[in-house]
Amino acid sequence: MIKVRDMCLWYGSSQALHHINMEIPDKAITALIGPSGCGKSTFLKSLNRMNDLIPGVKITGEILYNDTDIFSSAIDVNNLRKEIGMVFQKPNPFPMSIYDNIAYGPRTHGIKSRAKLDDIVERSLRGAAIWDEVRDRLKKNALGLSGGQQQRLCIARALAVEPDVLLMDEPTSALDPISTSKIEELAISLKEKYTIIIVTHNMQQAVRISDKTAFFLMGEMIEFGDTEKIFSMPEDKRTEDYITGRFG
Amino acid sequence: MKKKKQLFETIIHGVFLILGLITVGSVLLITIYLIISGIPAIREIGIIDFLFGTQWKSTDAEPSFGILPFILTSVYGTAGAVVIGVPVGFLTAVYLAKIAPPKIKTLVTGAVGLLAGIPSVVYGLVGMLVLVPGVRVLFNLPDGANLFSAIIVLAIMILPSIINVSVTALESVPKEYEDASLALGATPVETYFKVSVPAAKSGIAAAVVLGVGRAIGEAMAVIMVSGNVANMPSLFQSVRFLTTAVASEMSYSAGLQQQALFSIALVLFLFIMLINATLNFFLKRSKED
Repeated sequence: MIKVRDMCLWYGSSQALHHINMEIPDKAITALIGPSGCGKSTFLKSLNRMNDLIPGVKITGEILYNDTDIFSSAIDVNNLRKEIGMVFQKPNPFPMSIYDNIAYGPRTHGIKSRAKLDDIVERSLRGAAIWDEVRDRLKKNALGLSGGQQQRLCIARALAVEPDVLLMDEPTSALDPISTSKIEELAISLKEKYTIIIVTHNMQQAVRISDKTAFFLMGEMIEFGDTEKIFSMPEDKRTEDYITGRFG
Repeated sequence: MKKKKQLFETIIHGVFLILGLITVGSVLLITIYLIISGIPAIREIGIIDFLFGTQWKSTDAEPSFGILPFILTSVYGTAGAVVIGVPVGFLTAVYLAKIAPPKIKTLVTGAVGLLAGIPSVVYGLVGMLVLVPGVRVLFNLPDGANLFSAIIVLAIMILPSIINVSVTALESVPKEYEDASLALGATPVETYFKVSVPAAKSGIAAAVVLGVGRAIGEAMAVIMVSGNVANMPSLFQSVRFLTTAVASEMSYSAGLQQQALFSIALVLFLFIMLINATLNFFLKRSKED
């Protein structure tokens, strides 16, 4: 379970997130929605501390992962990122073979045995529903795949280090509708084993796949609850305005 | 009015074309001239005796014109410079492109630019006055002007080419690759060496080849620190490079000796051409990546 307590984030002197409080359930899909620049991606990237890489970022408050604050000195950030995997907006496979893309993470974490790697590669690719499409060309460059295949490859790559949580940052915004629906089906099947947090611009997508939805606006989390309720009976006027398309 | 504009455009195009052709013309002229003036001596001496002869005695009563010592010296000297210069230059480039804080990066980049701008005669001068005596004392030799000193000077001279081209290649690696690696739990250094460097490998290879070209073509600095004697090369022996062979005898040469110097220049030219072809190959590949 991820618990966020009174979290604020600044880029330099401008505050991007205001006092976020949230309890993200395990083995479910949580969607983060809101207009561009509302802070939902920033929030997502805080969960595996990818914001550390941006100079001038300051964070207060707590993000508890398995009851430990991820910003505390007890946390090894590389280990945290192994447990909280990430899939990016633009498919970004490494310019290497499909096999090496998947094996990259496990190798980084010290797995050298060929048989073990073979096993992980197959399991991860199967897990991301792309094994049948690439089993005959594992040695081919991953950049030769279509955009949708590349994105599923990236999901497989994230699965290969056996994370507990998967962060997805608008994973389908660069994809066609068919590839999008494949990713959505995949996300739904993955929630049996993983906690998934997905940022999406597409409200239908949130309705289709998520169990919980959080609505962000101008750096604040306005409303958080069951997806069904958020989209049928939102409590806040601003949420209602957004989901009915009055702005955003 | 419209016609006048068009005429103007045509003239400007013509001027640019002519300016561009000056370069092409110069290359052609040099190539043709070198081939024409380089071939007679090779014919007279015999290509085998010329390229593989180990004796260069151009001014003896019975002269011999074997340039193997020069070829090997140039090859060994360049290889030595690469062995020392590439690791230093490559790691500096990784540091500058990925790790260095902005202030240090500005400082080092500025120094690299200055290093590139120092005239080779100054490298030679400093080498002569500091490096050569140093090598003599350090290795307890009668004379410090030798292949080893030349290699050190060349290694430093090729650093700017290697660093600048490698930094450009490393900086153009998409950030998405590095983000993906970090998000998998790899450390920054692991990310640079396992993702960024492989993604930039064509550009880095081009940097190395550029350094090789710079080293093999250098004359002034090496003539001042290498002793300039036509020995078969060995690390602590005075040696003469292809470039310095031409430079040191041209002013008083005549007849077959002079023709042979042209032939040496031709051999050097072929080496450079080969290196350029390799460079273009890598640059093209790095664009395709």
